[in-house]
Amino acid sequence: MSGSKPDNKKAVIGYLPFFVFLLIGIFSHFWGWTPGTAIFSRFGEFVGEMLLFLPLVFMLIGLIDVWIPREAVMKRVGADSGFKGALWVTVLAMLFAGPLYAAFPVALMLRKKGSSIRNVFIYLGAFSAMKIPMVSFEIGFMGLKFSLLRLVFTLPVFVAIGILMEKILGPQYEMKKVAS
Amino acid sequence: MTGFSILILAMIAASLLADRKRTWVGLRKGMTMFLNILPQFLTVMALAAVFLYFVPESAIREHLGDRAGVQGFIVGAGIGSVTLLPGFVAYPICAVLMKQGVSIVVLAVFLTTLMMVGIITLPLESKFFGTKAALLRNLLSLIGAIIVALLMGVSYEWF
Repeated sequence: MSGSKPDNKKAVIGYLPFFVFLLIGIFSHFWGWTPGTAIFSRFGEFVGEMLLFLPLVFMLIGLIDVWIPREAVMKRVGADSGFKGALWVTVLAMLFAGPLYAAFPVALMLRKKGSSIRNVFIYLGAFSAMKIPMVSFEIGFMGLKFSLLRLVFTLPVFVAIGILMEKILGPQYEMKKVAS
Repeated sequence: MTGFSILILAMIAASLLADRKRTWVGLRKGMTMFLNILPQFLTVMALAAVFLYFVPESAIREHLGDRAGVQGFIVGAGIGSVTLLPGFVAYPICAVLMKQGVSIVVLAVFLTTLMMVGIITLPLESKFFGTKAALLRNLLSLIGAIIVALLMGVSYEWF
Protein backbone atom coordinates (compact mmCIF):
# COMPACT_ATOMS: atom_id res chain seq x y z
CA MET A 1 0.00 0.00 0.00
CA SER A 2 2.28 2.76 -1.16
CA GLY A 3 1.34 6.37 -1.50
CA SER A 4 3.17 6.80 -4.79
CA LYS A 5 1.38 7.91 -7.92
CA PRO A 6 0.24 5.10 -10.16
CA ASP A 7 2.48 4.51 -13.12
CA ASN A 8 0.29 4.77 -16.25
CA LYS A 9 1.65 1.77 -18.14
CA LYS A 10 1.51 -0.41 -15.06
CA ALA A 11 -1.99 0.81 -14.29
CA VAL A 12 -3.29 -0.24 -17.73
CA ILE A 13 -1.73 -3.71 -17.36
CA GLY A 14 -3.25 -3.99 -13.91
CA TYR A 15 -6.74 -3.37 -15.29
CA LEU A 16 -6.30 -5.87 -18.15
CA PRO A 17 -7.83 -8.91 -16.39
CA PHE A 18 -10.77 -6.79 -15.35
CA PHE A 19 -11.30 -5.43 -18.88
CA VAL A 20 -11.31 -8.97 -20.26
CA PHE A 21 -13.85 -9.89 -17.59
CA LEU A 22 -15.92 -6.83 -18.44
CA LEU A 23 -15.89 -7.64 -22.17
CA ILE A 24 -17.01 -11.21 -21.54
CA GLY A 25 -19.76 -9.81 -19.33
CA ILE A 26 -20.97 -7.43 -22.05
CA PHE A 27 -20.91 -10.12 -24.75
CA SER A 28 -22.72 -12.53 -22.45
CA HIS A 29 -25.41 -9.95 -21.96
CA PHE A 30 -26.04 -9.49 -25.69
CA TRP A 31 -25.69 -13.15 -26.64
CA GLY A 32 -27.68 -14.34 -23.69
CA TRP A 33 -24.92 -16.65 -22.47
CA THR A 34 -26.33 -17.60 -19.06
CA PRO A 35 -23.14 -18.53 -17.17
CA GLY A 36 -21.59 -15.23 -18.19
CA THR A 37 -24.55 -13.12 -17.10
CA ALA A 38 -24.88 -15.11 -13.86
CA ILE A 39 -21.22 -14.59 -12.98
CA PHE A 40 -21.43 -10.96 -13.91
CA SER A 41 -24.50 -10.16 -11.86
CA ARG A 42 -22.88 -11.92 -8.92
CA PHE A 43 -19.79 -9.79 -9.38
CA GLY A 44 -21.97 -6.69 -9.35
CA GLU A 45 -23.59 -7.88 -6.14
CA PHE A 46 -20.19 -8.33 -4.45
CA VAL A 47 -18.59 -5.17 -5.65
CA GLY A 48 -21.42 -2.63 -5.69
CA GLU A 49 -21.47 -1.65 -2.05
CA MET A 50 -17.75 -2.22 -1.61
CA LEU A 51 -16.85 0.25 -4.33
CA LEU A 52 -18.61 2.97 -2.36
CA PHE A 53 -17.14 1.91 0.92
CA LEU A 54 -13.48 1.24 0.00
CA PRO A 55 -12.62 4.81 -1.06
CA LEU A 56 -14.01 6.03 2.27
CA VAL A 57 -11.77 3.68 4.26
CA PHE A 58 -8.76 4.78 2.24
CA MET A 59 -9.67 8.40 2.88
CA LEU A 60 -9.78 7.58 6.59
CA ILE A 61 -6.33 5.99 6.32
CA GLY A 62 -5.07 9.11 4.53
CA LEU A 63 -6.49 11.31 7.28
CA ILE A 64 -4.89 9.19 10.00
CA ASP A 65 -1.66 9.59 8.08
CA VAL A 66 -1.75 13.39 8.21
CA TRP A 67 -3.18 13.81 11.72
CA ILE A 68 -1.23 11.38 13.85
CA PRO A 69 2.26 12.50 14.84
CA ARG A 70 4.16 9.24 14.41
CA GLU A 71 7.50 10.84 15.19
CA ALA A 72 6.25 11.85 18.64
CA VAL A 73 5.25 8.25 19.36
CA MET A 74 8.54 6.99 17.90
CA LYS A 75 10.44 9.19 20.37
CA ARG A 76 8.52 7.79 23.31
CA VAL A 77 9.30 4.22 22.35
CA GLY A 78 12.63 3.15 23.62
CA ALA A 79 14.47 1.52 26.44
CA ASP A 80 11.45 1.37 28.74
CA SER A 81 10.96 -2.35 29.26
CA GLY A 82 8.05 -2.22 31.66
CA PHE A 83 4.32 -1.94 31.19
CA LYS A 84 4.58 1.58 29.83
CA GLY A 85 7.02 0.40 27.19
CA ALA A 86 4.61 -2.34 26.17
CA LEU A 87 1.85 0.22 25.86
CA TRP A 88 3.90 2.52 23.66
CA VAL A 89 5.05 -0.22 21.29
CA THR A 90 1.39 -1.23 20.94
CA VAL A 91 0.38 2.33 20.10
CA LEU A 92 3.25 2.57 17.62
CA ALA A 93 2.22 -0.68 15.95
CA MET A 94 -1.38 0.45 15.56
CA LEU A 95 -0.44 3.51 13.54
CA PHE A 96 1.18 1.79 10.59
CA ALA A 97 -0.09 -0.22 7.66
CA GLY A 98 1.51 -2.99 5.68
CA PRO A 99 2.36 -6.67 5.82
CA LEU A 100 3.92 -8.19 8.92
CA TYR A 101 7.35 -8.57 7.34
CA ALA A 102 7.48 -4.79 6.96
CA ALA A 103 7.54 -4.64 10.77
CA PHE A 104 10.56 -6.94 11.17
CA PRO A 105 13.18 -4.20 10.71
CA VAL A 106 11.28 -1.91 13.06
CA ALA A 107 11.17 -4.67 15.69
CA LEU A 108 14.92 -5.17 15.35
CA MET A 109 15.43 -1.43 15.72
CA LEU A 110 13.32 -1.43 18.90
CA ARG A 111 15.57 -4.15 20.30
CA LYS A 112 18.67 -2.14 19.45
CA LYS A 113 17.15 0.88 21.16
CA GLY A 114 16.88 -1.20 24.31
CA SER A 115 13.35 -2.61 24.30
CA SER A 116 12.95 -5.92 26.09
CA ILE A 117 12.45 -9.15 24.14
CA ARG A 118 8.93 -9.23 25.52
CA ASN A 119 8.04 -5.79 24.21
CA VAL A 120 9.60 -6.45 20.81
CA PHE A 121 7.28 -9.40 20.32
CA ILE A 122 4.33 -7.51 21.76
CA TYR A 123 5.05 -4.92 19.08
CA LEU A 124 4.98 -7.61 16.37
CA GLY A 125 1.74 -9.02 17.79
CA ALA A 126 0.09 -5.62 17.91
CA PHE A 127 1.30 -4.86 14.38
CA SER A 128 -0.10 -8.11 13.04
CA ALA A 129 -3.48 -7.80 14.71
CA MET A 130 -4.31 -4.21 15.66
CA LYS A 131 -3.17 -1.88 12.86
CA ILE A 132 -5.82 0.83 12.64
CA PRO A 133 -6.01 0.80 8.82
CA MET A 134 -6.55 -2.97 8.82
CA VAL A 135 -9.11 -2.83 11.63
CA SER A 136 -10.99 -0.20 9.60
CA PHE A 137 -11.34 -2.66 6.73
CA GLU A 138 -12.34 -5.34 9.19
CA ILE A 139 -15.12 -3.30 10.80
CA GLY A 140 -16.48 -2.37 7.39
CA PHE A 141 -16.46 -5.83 5.87
CA MET A 142 -16.93 -8.19 8.83
CA GLY A 143 -18.94 -5.96 11.13
CA LEU A 144 -18.18 -4.26 14.43
CA LYS A 145 -19.06 -7.33 16.48
CA PHE A 146 -16.59 -9.57 14.67
CA SER A 147 -13.85 -6.97 14.91
CA LEU A 148 -14.36 -6.14 18.59
CA LEU A 149 -14.48 -9.80 19.61
CA ARG A 150 -11.32 -10.54 17.67
CA LEU A 151 -9.50 -7.59 19.24
CA VAL A 152 -10.63 -8.51 22.76
CA PHE A 153 -9.37 -12.08 22.37
CA THR A 154 -6.21 -11.27 20.42
CA LEU A 155 -4.82 -8.65 22.80
CA PRO A 156 -4.18 -11.01 25.76
CA VAL A 157 -2.94 -13.66 23.32
CA PHE A 158 -0.15 -11.56 21.86
CA VAL A 159 0.83 -10.16 25.25
CA ALA A 160 1.11 -13.78 26.43
CA ILE A 161 3.18 -14.62 23.35
CA GLY A 162 5.55 -11.75 24.20
CA ILE A 163 5.93 -12.98 27.78
CA LEU A 164 6.45 -16.58 26.65
CA MET A 165 9.01 -15.57 24.03
CA GLU A 166 11.07 -13.79 26.69
CA LYS A 167 10.72 -16.71 29.11
CA ILE A 168 11.83 -19.28 26.54
CA LEU A 169 14.50 -17.30 24.71
CA GLY A 170 15.79 -15.52 27.81
CA PRO A 171 15.93 -11.75 28.30
CA GLN A 172 19.45 -11.61 26.87
CA TYR A 173 18.60 -13.44 23.64
CA GLU A 174 20.60 -11.97 20.83
CA MET A 175 18.72 -11.33 17.63
CA LYS A 176 20.81 -11.77 14.54
CA LYS A 177 22.02 -8.72 12.79
CA VAL A 178 20.95 -8.39 9.21
CA ALA A 179 23.76 -8.29 6.68
CA SER A 180 23.47 -4.83 5.27
CA MET B 1 -20.77 -0.81 6.20
CA THR B 2 -23.40 1.93 6.33
CA GLY B 3 -22.89 2.93 9.95
CA PHE B 4 -19.15 2.94 9.56
CA SER B 5 -19.40 4.97 6.33
CA ILE B 6 -21.40 7.64 8.13
CA LEU B 7 -18.80 7.71 10.91
CA ILE B 8 -15.98 8.19 8.38
CA LEU B 9 -17.91 10.97 6.64
CA ALA B 10 -18.37 12.67 10.02
CA MET B 11 -14.62 12.36 10.66
CA ILE B 12 -13.84 13.86 7.26
CA ALA B 13 -16.19 16.75 8.05
CA ALA B 14 -14.56 17.30 11.44
CA SER B 15 -11.13 17.21 9.86
CA LEU B 16 -12.20 19.74 7.22
CA LEU B 17 -13.41 22.10 9.92
CA ALA B 18 -10.17 21.75 11.84
CA ASP B 19 -7.72 22.12 8.98
CA ARG B 20 -8.84 22.34 5.38
CA LYS B 21 -5.38 22.08 3.81
CA ARG B 22 -4.23 19.14 5.86
CA THR B 23 -7.48 17.29 5.24
CA TRP B 24 -7.08 17.77 1.50
CA VAL B 25 -3.57 16.28 1.64
CA GLY B 26 -4.87 13.30 3.60
CA LEU B 27 -7.83 12.70 1.30
CA ARG B 28 -5.60 12.83 -1.78
CA LYS B 29 -3.22 10.35 -0.18
CA GLY B 30 -6.11 8.04 0.54
CA MET B 31 -7.54 8.29 -2.96
CA THR B 32 -4.13 7.59 -4.51
CA MET B 33 -3.84 4.45 -2.39
CA PHE B 34 -7.34 3.45 -3.45
CA LEU B 35 -6.59 3.93 -7.15
CA ASN B 36 -3.40 1.89 -6.73
CA ILE B 37 -5.23 -1.11 -5.31
CA LEU B 38 -8.39 -0.83 -7.43
CA PRO B 39 -7.22 -3.06 -10.34
CA GLN B 40 -6.06 -5.76 -7.95
CA PHE B 41 -9.32 -5.54 -6.03
CA LEU B 42 -11.48 -5.80 -9.16
CA THR B 43 -9.47 -8.76 -10.44
CA VAL B 44 -9.77 -10.66 -7.16
CA MET B 45 -13.50 -10.03 -6.92
CA ALA B 46 -13.99 -11.11 -10.55
CA LEU B 47 -12.11 -14.33 -9.79
CA ALA B 48 -14.27 -14.83 -6.70
CA ALA B 49 -17.42 -14.42 -8.80
CA VAL B 50 -16.18 -17.01 -11.31
CA PHE B 51 -15.11 -19.38 -8.55
CA LEU B 52 -18.43 -19.13 -6.74
CA TYR B 53 -20.34 -19.80 -9.95
CA PHE B 54 -18.63 -23.18 -10.33
CA VAL B 55 -18.60 -24.08 -6.63
CA PRO B 56 -22.20 -24.07 -5.42
CA GLU B 57 -23.19 -22.53 -2.10
CA SER B 58 -24.27 -25.93 -0.76
CA ALA B 59 -20.76 -27.33 -1.27
CA ILE B 60 -19.21 -24.34 0.49
CA ARG B 61 -21.63 -24.72 3.39
CA GLU B 62 -20.90 -28.39 3.63
CA HIS B 63 -17.11 -28.01 3.76
CA LEU B 64 -16.66 -24.65 5.47
CA GLY B 65 -20.01 -24.01 7.13
CA ASP B 66 -21.27 -24.48 10.68
CA ARG B 67 -21.39 -28.25 10.41
CA ALA B 68 -18.07 -28.68 8.61
CA GLY B 69 -16.23 -29.51 11.83
CA VAL B 70 -12.48 -29.86 12.20
CA GLN B 71 -11.89 -30.24 8.47
CA GLY B 72 -13.06 -26.72 7.63
CA PHE B 73 -11.07 -25.34 10.55
CA ILE B 74 -7.87 -26.98 9.33
CA VAL B 75 -8.43 -25.70 5.79
CA GLY B 76 -8.90 -22.15 7.12
CA ALA B 77 -5.83 -22.31 9.36
CA GLY B 78 -3.69 -23.89 6.62
CA ILE B 79 -4.55 -21.35 3.93
CA GLY B 80 -4.22 -18.46 6.40
CA SER B 81 -0.79 -19.58 7.61
CA VAL B 82 0.66 -20.03 4.14
CA THR B 83 -0.78 -17.20 2.07
CA LEU B 84 0.18 -13.55 2.06
CA LEU B 85 -2.85 -11.40 1.38
CA PRO B 86 -3.31 -7.71 2.11
CA GLY B 87 -6.35 -6.72 4.17
CA PHE B 88 -8.12 -4.99 1.29
CA VAL B 89 -8.21 -8.35 -0.53
CA ALA B 90 -8.73 -10.72 2.42
CA TYR B 91 -11.63 -8.87 4.05
CA PRO B 92 -13.83 -8.44 0.96
CA ILE B 93 -13.35 -12.15 0.16
CA CYS B 94 -14.27 -13.09 3.72
CA ALA B 95 -17.32 -10.82 3.60
CA VAL B 96 -18.50 -12.64 0.47
CA LEU B 97 -17.77 -16.04 2.02
CA MET B 98 -19.65 -15.07 5.18
CA LYS B 99 -22.74 -14.40 3.04
CA GLN B 100 -22.25 -17.79 1.38
CA GLY B 101 -22.50 -19.51 4.74
CA VAL B 102 -18.88 -20.03 5.76
CA SER B 103 -18.82 -20.28 9.55
CA ILE B 104 -17.41 -17.59 11.85
CA VAL B 105 -14.83 -19.99 13.30
CA VAL B 106 -13.41 -20.82 9.89
CA LEU B 107 -13.28 -17.16 8.86
CA ALA B 108 -11.74 -16.19 12.20
CA VAL B 109 -9.03 -18.83 12.06
CA PHE B 110 -8.25 -17.93 8.45
CA LEU B 111 -7.99 -14.21 9.22
CA THR B 112 -6.00 -14.53 12.46
CA THR B 113 -3.48 -16.98 11.01
CA LEU B 114 -3.22 -14.77 7.93
CA MET B 115 -2.27 -11.86 10.17
CA MET B 116 -0.05 -13.57 12.73
CA VAL B 117 1.50 -16.62 11.07
CA GLY B 118 3.77 -16.41 8.04
CA ILE B 119 5.23 -19.67 6.79
CA ILE B 120 6.42 -18.14 3.52
CA THR B 121 8.21 -15.31 5.30
CA LEU B 122 9.90 -17.64 7.82
CA PRO B 123 13.31 -17.44 6.12
CA LEU B 124 13.10 -13.65 6.13
CA GLU B 125 11.95 -13.56 9.74
CA SER B 126 14.84 -15.87 10.73
CA LYS B 127 17.28 -13.40 9.24
CA PHE B 128 15.99 -10.71 11.54
CA PHE B 129 15.38 -12.55 14.79
CA GLY B 130 17.22 -15.85 14.45
CA THR B 131 15.73 -19.20 13.45
CA LYS B 132 14.78 -20.21 16.97
CA ALA B 133 12.85 -17.03 17.68
CA ALA B 134 11.16 -17.03 14.26
CA LEU B 135 10.01 -20.64 14.57
CA LEU B 136 8.86 -20.09 18.13
CA ARG B 137 6.92 -16.93 17.30
CA ASN B 138 5.12 -18.64 14.43
CA LEU B 139 4.31 -21.70 16.50
CA LEU B 140 2.99 -19.67 19.43
CA SER B 141 1.07 -17.42 17.03
CA LEU B 142 -0.54 -20.44 15.37
CA ILE B 143 -1.66 -21.77 18.76
CA GLY B 144 -2.82 -18.28 19.73
CA ALA B 145 -4.76 -17.85 16.49
CA ILE B 146 -6.52 -21.18 17.01
CA ILE B 147 -7.50 -20.15 20.56
CA VAL B 148 -8.80 -16.77 19.34
CA ALA B 149 -10.84 -18.40 16.57
CA LEU B 150 -12.37 -21.00 18.89
CA LEU B 151 -13.29 -18.31 21.43
CA MET B 152 -14.89 -16.28 18.64
CA GLY B 153 -16.82 -19.26 17.39
CA VAL B 154 -18.24 -19.85 20.86
CA SER B 155 -18.96 -16.23 21.78
CA TYR B 156 -20.15 -14.81 18.43
CA GLU B 157 -23.65 -16.20 18.94
CA TRP B 158 -23.91 -14.78 22.45
CA PHE B 159 -23.92 -11.16 21.45
